Amino acid sequence: MYDAIIIGAGVSGCAVARELSRYEMKVAVLERASDVCEGTSKANSGIVHAGYDAEPGSKKAFLNIQGSRRMEALSEELDFPYKRNGSLVLCFEESDREKLQELLERGRKNGVEELRILEREELTKLEPNISEEAVAALYAPTGGIVCPFGLTVALAENACVNGVEFHLDTEVQSVEKMEKGYRVESSKGVFESKAVVNAAGVYADAFHNMVSAKKLQITPRKGEYCLFDKTLGDYVSCTVFQLPTKYGKGVLVTPTVHGNLLVGPTAEDIADKEGVNTTGDGLEDVLKRGGYSVQKIFAGKVITSFAGLRAHEAGDDFVIGEPEDAEGFIDVAGIESPGLTCAPAIGEYVAELVRKRIPAAKKTDFIAKRKGIPSVALADEAQRREFIRKNPAYANVICRCELVTEGEIMDAIHRPVGATTLDGVKRRTRAGMGRCQAGFCAPKTVEILARELGKDMAQIRKNAGESTFFAGYSKEG
Amino acid sequence: MNKSVEILVVGGGPAGLAAAAAAKEAGVKAEDILIVERDRELGGILNQCIHNGFGLHTFKEELTGPEYAQRYAEKVQAAHIPYLLQTIVVDIRTGDGKDKGVCGTKYVTAMNKQEGIFTVEAGAVVLAMGCRERSRGALNIPGYRPAGIYSAGTAQRYVNIEGRMPGKEVVILGSGDIGLIMARRMTLEGAKVKLVAELMPYSGGLKRNIAQCLDDFGIPLKLSHTVVDIDGKERVKGVTVAQVDENRRPIAGTEEYISCDTLLLSCGLIPENELSAGLGVELNPVTAGPVVNESLETNVEGVFACGNVLHVHDLVDYVSEEAESAGRNAAEYALRRKPETGQGQQRAEKESAEICDMADAGRSAEAKIQDGLAVDGDEAPNSAAKQGSGIAVKTGRGVRYTVPSVLRPQYMQEEQVIRFRVGEVCREVELVVYFDGAPVMRMKKRIMVPAEMEQVKLKKENIEKHPGLKEIQIAVEQA
Amino acid sequence: MKTENGKSKMEGAATELVCIRCPIGCMVTVAKRPDGTWDITGNTCNRGAEYAKKELTDPTRIVTSTVRLRNGAQAVTSVKTKSDIPKGKMMECMAALRDVELEAPVRIGDVALANVAGTGVDMVVTKSVEKVG
Repeated sequence: MYDAIIIGAGVSGCAVARELSRYEMKVAVLERASDVCEGTSKANSGIVHAGYDAEPGSKKAFLNIQGSRRMEALSEELDFPYKRNGSLVLCFEESDREKLQELLERGRKNGVEELRILEREELTKLEPNISEEAVAALYAPTGGIVCPFGLTVALAENACVNGVEFHLDTEVQSVEKMEKGYRVESSKGVFESKAVVNAAGVYADAFHNMVSAKKLQITPRKGEYCLFDKTLGDYVSCTVFQLPTKYGKGVLVTPTVHGNLLVGPTAEDIADKEGVNTTGDGLEDVLKRGGYSVQKIFAGKVITSFAGLRAHEAGDDFVIGEPEDAEGFIDVAGIESPGLTCAPAIGEYVAELVRKRIPAAKKTDFIAKRKGIPSVALADEAQRREFIRKNPAYANVICRCELVTEGEIMDAIHRPVGATTLDGVKRRTRAGMGRCQAGFCAPKTVEILARELGKDMAQIRKNAGESTFFAGYSKEG
Repeated sequence: MNKSVEILVVGGGPAGLAAAAAAKEAGVKAEDILIVERDRELGGILNQCIHNGFGLHTFKEELTGPEYAQRYAEKVQAAHIPYLLQTIVVDIRTGDGKDKGVCGTKYVTAMNKQEGIFTVEAGAVVLAMGCRERSRGALNIPGYRPAGIYSAGTAQRYVNIEGRMPGKEVVILGSGDIGLIMARRMTLEGAKVKLVAELMPYSGGLKRNIAQCLDDFGIPLKLSHTVVDIDGKERVKGVTVAQVDENRRPIAGTEEYISCDTLLLSCGLIPENELSAGLGVELNPVTAGPVVNESLETNVEGVFACGNVLHVHDLVDYVSEEAESAGRNAAEYALRRKPETGQGQQRAEKESAEICDMADAGRSAEAKIQDGLAVDGDEAPNSAAKQGSGIAVKTGRGVRYTVPSVLRPQYMQEEQVIRFRVGEVCREVELVVYFDGAPVMRMKKRIMVPAEMEQVKLKKENIEKHPGLKEIQIAVEQA
Repeated sequence: MKTENGKSKMEGAATELVCIRCPIGCMVTVAKRPDGTWDITGNTCNRGAEYAKKELTDPTRIVTSTVRLRNGAQAVTSVKTKSDIPKGKMMECMAALRDVELEAPVRIGDVALANVAGTGVDMVVTKSVEKVG
């Protein structure tokens, strides 16, 4: 019998796992994908929201502020990329200044610090490439950017090091209330647990509805993005949002923490919970709307595009806590934006809810700190020499665009909750994230994965299910 | 390891090998040359190009890629030119004459498993890094992101080196040569290639490849078509292909779903100039390769470029020819730079001011790449001024770019080759060379196509007959 | 699969084909007159005329492929027919390669399969590969 089963190894599930790993509890995370961070957590804006957006008094507002305040310290503790770059909300019409003012006041009510309005002159000083149409902006210096993969993987690794079990490729099929606790049936067998944390993203409604009569409905809300080459990484320095205009809800233009430029997302409610495809119209829309914020959108510098699904709940707020009729079943549902920002706070908040049901003592040997994979790209020459001295594979460059070495890929594979797929390696090391998009390094990475995992290359997957690379050998007929 | 050489060649593919061999022939000692290659053997991408058709110009016979590569590798080995394998150059910089090294000397930092990280000092550097393929992401093709989408070159490596089949039912987007070659290769290995779709109204590949790789096997080629959607959440299940209008935008109602497990992309090649940009080499936004003078020297003195890193070639024979020229010029530069006493430093310091001014000019080039972004393709830069006094070579009507883009008569060979490509298919035209606006050469051409590199040869004596010549223009005109 | 250009066999009718003897790729129009002589236009050199005649009467191709390799630095090595073989024999030639496995090291020019598909032409190695392990 487990103390807690967490369904879903996205950023919320991993944050809860990490917080629970502070206590003397038997905890397992069940994830249907082949890796952590395979759902909504991998395809979002990577923004640490300052917290002026959410309705005062909502869970979103409270957790946003808490999460935003904790992110920096957590990034140091768990060694993932985070940067406080500030955010701007652009106002394009004099008549919209009122809305900007409302946003400022809402932010202050929520407890966002240092908020202020910038007039055009100051705005262009801060952002020389900003659109000529922008008349003023709300400036939130506490806004930031984070690597969503880095955050999720760091939480998972640290949870794992502190004793949480991760069961990947393990799809939960049913959750059933027992006399005491829950029976969780999965593609890899049955798990019994005193408590269940439902962090299943767009599928959270399905599991909730298995145990509660008070039904929940999660609608996948698709967001499409275009990612640009690093030559544009400093085209803007802040994360640039738009006030909703006559053209609809705006998109953001932001540097990423790794120095690319990201533009998106669209917002479209869809029926398919697996509908992470981009569309011609969507991508066109992203580029068009992004163009409102800055002087030019360099369509020729797009290196990839992607779509993510926000788990939208009708009430427009996070659904966190026990349904009245399902004691010990804790929803972490409807975690759409600013969910990534909130993750550190959600982890703590939910861990407290679990502990109310399952009292457990604090571990005395909890390891709070985690060190990430040494990055050759970010290291100086002396550090590089040191990496190479420890492992010569750190001198063998596999991904040229992002300067990722064999040593880093080997490390990614052999860490706790290590990478077993091409995408898993990519998210942990950035191999294949550069301008050639794995054209050069994919065959080599697949070869290293096979070698390190003792498998044949044909068994290595891009990510889930049948996402293998080969249809047999040549000369087979 | 820290060492010093006269000429360091970045890349051991056909360009790098030919450049190194030519530098030796031009008088640089073998031990003063070093080739740095990232792969486990010399020859570059030719090793996976197992089809025939290489070397008709150079060797007057039809070789396969590996055979062509071997000829040059053997030449380098026979000349005892040192080379490093599985070694990657991570940075090249120029000394500033102050605390950052001897002025004009190039400091090349590289890494490999045996020696770790090390720096080689070089008098001249030949950039020969080749090119890479345009990715699905760069094409911004909508749809899912499953396994089964490969660049044609990646698929080629899998089939020809690893002996693995990337799929059994294939659609190819783009009719570049690698795509055409892979259409045949996959078909011969038992796969069904259902379609080659080409966005442009003409093929990006050589005619003989269309004849031998598609027509021979009844593989349809649809011009003015593109992939508008990719289906399949784990592995590719199919693609939707649509016709495009004259602005290359999909035409509604022309969509056709084609089931397949593999999508190969052969949509153009991009010179690999990350190292060059870091060094301050000015790039031409049309070719994405360095802007060079008659010696194939970039705006950074002593840094030469050749092969596909300079501009994408159609035939390897021309790569070799161009690289030999770059190698000879690098050798001349190195020998000129190196004083007879061997006291390179003294001489270098004497020239310090001059050279370092050049280097400073070069440093602003990174900004220029940014500027170039706005161009998105169609306008060649007029950077002759930055190359010092010389004759500007400019693109006229129908010509997308020229290599080189500036000529300094005092450094010209008896015959100067100007390579270029046209922007669209032109039939029954004249290729016209203008000297300061006056036509001096007219050549009738039955057909000129963007897929093939063109060239004109200018005689030094003709240019010398025009003292004070400022500008040479190359144009394609109706006959 | 269309292995022969059926239309082109019709005597008297003109056929257009792209000459592949050199990279220029001339569009050659070829027809055999009733008296057995040839009417060929569009070629820029004599090789174009020869190619056009050959494509109509006896089309041939060089086949390039790979064969499996034991103990080599790579899983396969590349091969080619030493000279061109009848176009109609291409698939038969490929089928014959399925059963070939060489032992590393191999050298350029080594015979991988003699007299492939009864063509009288040898399949030779085009890439030298060292032995490993």
